[in-house]
Amino acid sequence: MQTEFSKEQNLLRDIVSRALRDKSPVTAVRESMATNRGYDPVVWQELCGDAGLAGVHLPEVHGGAGGGAAELGIVAEEMGRTLFCGPWFASAVMAGTALIEAADEEDRGALLPGVADGSTIATLVLDDLNDPAGVGGSISSAADGKLSGTAAMVLDAHVADLLLVVASGAGGLGLHAVESGASGLTIEPLQVVDSTRKLSRVALADVPGRCVGEVSGDALNRIWDRICSALAHEIIGGAQHLFETTVNYTKERFQFGRPIGSFQALKHRCADLLLEIEIARALTHHSARCLDAGAGEPWAASMAKAAAADACMSAARAGIQLRGGIGFTWENDTHLWFKRAKGSEVLFGTPAIHRERMMTMLEGAA
Amino acid sequence: MTPDRIRSEVSAWLDANWRVDRPLIEWRNILLEGGWAAPHWPEEWYGRGFTLDQTAVVAEVFRERDAVPAAQVGPRGLASETILACGSDDQKRRFLRPILTGEHTWCQLFSEPGSGSDLAGLSTRAELKDGKWIINGQKVWNTSAHHADFGLLVARSDWDVPKHQGISYFLLDMRQPGVEARPLRQMNGHQSFNEVFMTNAVVPPEDLIGGEGNGWHVAKTTLSFERRGFSRRVRGSSIDGAKQGPIYEEYEEELRIAAEPYTWYPQREGRVDLVLPRARETGTIADPATRQEIAKLICLYTGARLASDSAEASRKAGTTEIIPAGSIGKLAASVIARQASHVHTMISRADAMLSGPDSAADGIIAEVLVSVPAISIAGGTDEIQRNIISERVLGMPKGYRADQGPFRDIKRNA
Ligand SMILES: Cc1cc2nc3c(=O)[nH]c(=O)nc-3n(C[C@H](O)[C@H](O)[C@H](O)COP(=O)(O)OP(=O)(O)OC[C@H]3O[C@@H](n4cnc5c(N)ncnc54)[C@H](O)[C@@H]3O)c2cc1C
Repeated sequence: MQTEFSKEQNLLRDIVSRALRDKSPVTAVRESMATNRGYDPVVWQELCGDAGLAGVHLPEVHGGAGGGAAELGIVAEEMGRTLFCGPWFASAVMAGTALIEAADEEDRGALLPGVADGSTIATLVLDDLNDPAGVGGSISSAADGKLSGTAAMVLDAHVADLLLVVASGAGGLGLHAVESGASGLTIEPLQVVDSTRKLSRVALADVPGRCVGEVSGDALNRIWDRICSALAHEIIGGAQHLFETTVNYTKERFQFGRPIGSFQALKHRCADLLLEIEIARALTHHSARCLDAGAGEPWAASMAKAAAADACMSAARAGIQLRGGIGFTWENDTHLWFKRAKGSEVLFGTPAIHRERMMTMLEGAA
Repeated sequence: MTPDRIRSEVSAWLDANWRVDRPLIEWRNILLEGGWAAPHWPEEWYGRGFTLDQTAVVAEVFRERDAVPAAQVGPRGLASETILACGSDDQKRRFLRPILTGEHTWCQLFSEPGSGSDLAGLSTRAELKDGKWIINGQKVWNTSAHHADFGLLVARSDWDVPKHQGISYFLLDMRQPGVEARPLRQMNGHQSFNEVFMTNAVVPPEDLIGGEGNGWHVAKTTLSFERRGFSRRVRGSSIDGAKQGPIYEEYEEELRIAAEPYTWYPQREGRVDLVLPRARETGTIADPATRQEIAKLICLYTGARLASDSAEASRKAGTTEIIPAGSIGKLAASVIARQASHVHTMISRADAMLSGPDSAADGIIAEVLVSVPAISIAGGTDEIQRNIISERVLGMPKGYRADQGPFRDIKRNA
């Protein structure tokens, strides 16, 4: 299995990083997060339509770049570093992955090209965001294909053109395509902690949908793993940003006639943080390589999600604490990354849930 | 060279040369001439310039064939790496061969009662008299010193310059009247380390390494190798089972003496390998709180291994300095060992009060619990690693220092 990034992958990172720094500086993030829509359509077109960031992991036949979890991870990491505000994660990562893993070939051909070039904003509607075992408990499909039930939280549903709903039916779970204007569909935006990631409640009352594929238990776990691996990358990008800016701050801020970074209590906290982030980053990159090689520990994505979320929260707490009062202000940017860290910590399974999931798999393997 | 090529070359060479009826030292000399004793060393010094991965393939073939490898156990590796990096050609000629053949064992004479973390604050005296270096002073915590033939010694040769500049580094013959090693008992009951007294011990001028006053630079080279060693898994060099043949008897005897101080070293790393078997055997694998802690341990352990692989890779590409990367690995080893000790405690519950043959895993778990505290002290404490990481990796500013100017004037332990 790969242990380092290839030249092409490093090049991809450079390009993505430059594009995001250019198109999505923190001033733009602040503007977008304050709007109801939650993203800037011009920037969306530039990043997804022109630069292809939504299709990096999608098959070439469907308009994507044909990359794997590693390439998706690279984009996610840079997105997290710059705190990109928009439906990329919902559309490219969540909906894109669900279509690849569960949709029939014909529907993939029909739906993926729009996702890949950003002309379609899609999202994945799951009625449980904690554990794959709970998915399908609240939303069901009737014999006539109509969908009913509620998803308490759905990413970016308020701007989605296409909702991919996982619902339980007579034959198990299915993936259903629903148009944004469908009758019986209610999308109610929610108040959120992290306003760079919009959530809505989605209620379905006899909503007409088209079943695009079955979702077996294995497929659901594959979808979950791929989403978690990408999310871990996004989290690690955020952790890296928090860590670097915090260490830099300690070199510039003076108290007691010396830079605060010369105080050992702060140095040691930063050294421990570096170790925690390095370990989490190694697990995160490893999770993508395992998915791409179809090898390695089956619980690699859970290790990555648990470790990355914990490391990022450590970085976020230190990011506020080591700045003192200024760190607790709205004006300072640190809280934006803190809130994303908190949201991502619990999205798709808390660290504790992932550790339990990993132990279950490990015991199964023994 | 590809792994397959290496395999077939080593196999062919062993077919032609490996015999169980040769005396051990004779065999090691053949091994040396064949270039398979230390393949990662440079070609002009018995090696082949192999990477560590390539070297691991060679070791694997030796293990499969039950062929006795070059001598490896103990601080001899620190000696050979230091001499390779900083020694003169004459020193390499004299010292490297007996290290590989096993004729010489070594120890590290760095720490003193008055200076441990602050190694550069050492006060063992080295004075040049009639063309010879005369050494006076005391060292402590010196692993294997009680049976070592030579010691890696740092001593102060100039008291009138700042502390790092007045140190010289010597290759000390331990088998002389002026050197006495006394074993010390550790909290885990073993006696691996010693105190070493030097009273007018003599070092000939050709055994000064790296030049007078340049000892700190050489010492840093030794330390960086030592720290890297903590993060790499120690590869077992013993031969399984009761292999028949005279050479195995000699080899076992060598291992018995050289490896004795290290029997508890796997325990100080926490014995992560025993966690799942023990959790299953005791049934605590079903306990949710224990499962959480086991999972954390596995994440730490797996992640640290992956991170050190990629640090190793970037070191090969020449992008990372050796010392900081070693410090991250060493700190990781401490964190892992502590978590493993915590998990073993959760698994054993009240049984963790017992030690010895009637206790869990034949006393191994008890030994873990009382050996793990060593890993965050030996080879530079965790606090020192954090200082190095924050200053050298993260570029955080150095704090106030009270030890500048001539060493003579600095406050130190009585
Ligand atoms: C099992 C074992 C084997 C060893 N083998 C050898 C050997 O073969 N050869 C050899 O030479 N030595 C050996 N050592 C010694 C080891 O290197 C020292 O014990 C170690 O460097 C610490 O020094 P010290 O014991 O003097 O403690 P001190 O330096 O006195 O430290 C005491 C405490 O103060 C802290 N401290 C000190 N300075 C700072 C600072 N600047 N910032 C923050 N905290 C600080 C330390 O972290 C520690 O917690 C061995 C030690 C052990 C435990």
